[in-house]
Amino acid sequence: MRRALDAIVSAVVLALGRRRRRRRPSKDAERIVPKLPSDLGAESLVLALLFLTAVFAVGFIVVYAVDSLPDHTQLLGATIGLSLLCLAAALIIVAHRLIVTEELVEPYPPREHPYEQELVAKLVEESGDRITRKRFFKLGLGAAGGTLGLAAITPALSFGPLFQTKYFRGTPWRKGVRLVDEDFRPYRASDIEEKDFYTAFPEGLSLDAREELGAPVVLVRLPLDQLRLPPRLHGYDAAGILAYSKICTHAGCAISLYRTPLFQPDEPRPALVCPCHYSTFDVADGGSVVFGPAGRPLPMLPLTIDGKGFLRAAGNFDGEVGPGWWGTRIWKPNP
Amino acid sequence: MIRRAVRFLDTRTASTPLLRKTLRYLFPDHWSFLLGEVALYAFMVLVATGIYLTFFFVDSTHQVVYHGSYAPLRGQHMSEAYASVVNISTSVKAGLLIRQTHHWAANVFVAAIVLHLFRIFFTGAYRKPRGLIYFIGVTMLMLALLEAYMGYSMVDDLLSGMGLAIGYSVGLSLPFVGANLMAWLFHGPFPGQAALWPRMYIAHVLLFPILIGVLLTAHLLLVALRHHTQFRTTSSTSEHAVRGVPTWPGQAPRSLGLLFGTAGVLFLLGGLVQINPIWLWGPYHTYLSTNGAQPDWYLGWLIGGLRLMPGFDVVIGKYTLVPNPFWGGAAFPLVVFGFLYLWPWIERKVTGDTAYHNLLERPRDNPLRTAIGVGMAAWVLLVFIAGSSDRVDVWLDVSYAKQIDVYRVLVFVLPLVVAAIAYRVCEELREGERVAHDQHEAEAEARLART
Repeated sequence: MRRALDAIVSAVVLALGRRRRRRRPSKDAERIVPKLPSDLGAESLVLALLFLTAVFAVGFIVVYAVDSLPDHTQLLGATIGLSLLCLAAALIIVAHRLIVTEELVEPYPPREHPYEQELVAKLVEESGDRITRKRFFKLGLGAAGGTLGLAAITPALSFGPLFQTKYFRGTPWRKGVRLVDEDFRPYRASDIEEKDFYTAFPEGLSLDAREELGAPVVLVRLPLDQLRLPPRLHGYDAAGILAYSKICTHAGCAISLYRTPLFQPDEPRPALVCPCHYSTFDVADGGSVVFGPAGRPLPMLPLTIDGKGFLRAAGNFDGEVGPGWWGTRIWKPNP
Repeated sequence: MIRRAVRFLDTRTASTPLLRKTLRYLFPDHWSFLLGEVALYAFMVLVATGIYLTFFFVDSTHQVVYHGSYAPLRGQHMSEAYASVVNISTSVKAGLLIRQTHHWAANVFVAAIVLHLFRIFFTGAYRKPRGLIYFIGVTMLMLALLEAYMGYSMVDDLLSGMGLAIGYSVGLSLPFVGANLMAWLFHGPFPGQAALWPRMYIAHVLLFPILIGVLLTAHLLLVALRHHTQFRTTSSTSEHAVRGVPTWPGQAPRSLGLLFGTAGVLFLLGGLVQINPIWLWGPYHTYLSTNGAQPDWYLGWLIGGLRLMPGFDVVIGKYTLVPNPFWGGAAFPLVVFGFLYLWPWIERKVTGDTAYHNLLERPRDNPLRTAIGVGMAAWVLLVFIAGSSDRVDVWLDVSYAKQIDVYRVLVFVLPLVVAAIAYRVCEELREGERVAHDQHEAEAEARLART
């Protein structure tokens, strides 16, 4: 069987070779690529793969056109992916079995071109012969180029207020503003329960304005005997309800985890945790950092309860809201 | 037919001599030389799929109420940008395939560049006369990271918004200029004015791709001008002559095969393996975030760096000199890239080797370089792994805080240990070779003596 196949292959090779030789008798002698026997198996495989490529490509078009098919994305991906892979396989078989791959040797390009180097240098030098005040000339060129470059990038200043950082200061909170939830309903003190946390915004803020880092606060309630607020924050709570900026002072993510001890008395104290880098802020003592990379406590918003039981801001935050920058500790938000 | 085509081209462009040279350009044969090609082909897929996506993406943070075909999001207010990507994913035919393929290609692109960088570093391929090629390559890696980050951020889903907030905070933390720079770039404080999105968009789809494309062209042209480096495969391999397979016949079909293979795998991944299902994350608002958020892999080292830092700001009086995110988000990558840029110069200074090199070294041939490279890689990898501590906490119930404490020590100790081990392994391997060589010679001598 094997021998028969070999015989057929060699016969075909001979036949092909002979035919070509008859047409151009001198061609073989001056070939660039060495001649090797053909490989019918590889050839058939490549042909099969090429047609398979076409079949899958058509499949892709069909899947695209027929809306009723389930798992559209999967079928589209599978058909186009397999089509490309078949083409890849065909090419790799061509490279390995059908195309003569010979290793050749060639000198590396020269390391340097001293003659050309000299030529270029001379060209530049000699072309400047007529200029007498060379230093002055260089200065002029430098001035022209430098200032033009500066002028070219100046319009980029229009991007934004490079020298105005007042935008970082201030928040939409004012004394007396009610706290509302995501659906604009004002919070009553009685809405806030222990071991849970609530997001609140200043009343009267548009959806867009709520995106400001100074807007959102987190509300939590602690039993009064657990409060350990430092002297400067005394009175910031409203009957055990505490409001902290919801924006982490580390990298500006929203604080969305509230760690509360559920069962064991020896668990860590209640804390607000940012899920980005796990900065952890103690809610009982005014938002100090107990773990994680934050460098500043969470700013606290003073609260009061009005006559009707609604929560209101009693002023502005005790410190700059949001991630730190050079002026973070210099200013405090206006009360 | 072929002759007519060649003649057609030659009479109109006079390019046949160049074509002949190109076809006979020699490619030394080694599997590791394909890593850079994979990066190139992933870039091509990125450009092709990216162009398609631009036809559907809306670069605006203008808030709209969603009324599209994906029921769970209906009635929610979101940016037009996010709504348009949800639309690409749910309503545009083949849109999800193209978007996921684009995302997969970005991941593979950066991975291929990093592996390619490892190959270049550990074989000393960056040495004279190929320094410029190396610097361009490292620059492209940096651009690729920024480009991928912008693409990820533009979508404005909950995760990408969190990523953008972190990026903003890192920018803000740059000493002296951070706030000014970010006010300039974002047109005011985060989340920025409406101006930011068009900026990010044009940078992502035009500026950065063109920059990468230009550098890529320069990178490849310079490689071709200097010719490829090669490993010492036989005793006759020399510094002076390159041995390899010509473009045609030989390298071209292989390389094209790799192109279609890369594209095929990326489309299979894009179609069959879900990536970043943004419709599940929901729209971003500054006051929302989610737990268990992890970035794409190539930013894992930065999140690790940010998380490992102990909580302090460097403060002088009331002036905040260095806010915390600077260390993990800016200083750490600056050190890593600074090392990559400076290494060829450091090595020249330390070893005094200023010679031309066309022959590559195996990692074991240069134990010092290998040790330093492996140490650096271990350092970055450890920080990368530290970034996943929260997942380990969830999966294996190991306290997050304890893990972080351990990593804070490990990142300083383990790289040194790994470097020492790498050095030793290189020495042992070389010693083994020397012994084998001596034994071989002795045996040959003995045989000679017997006869």
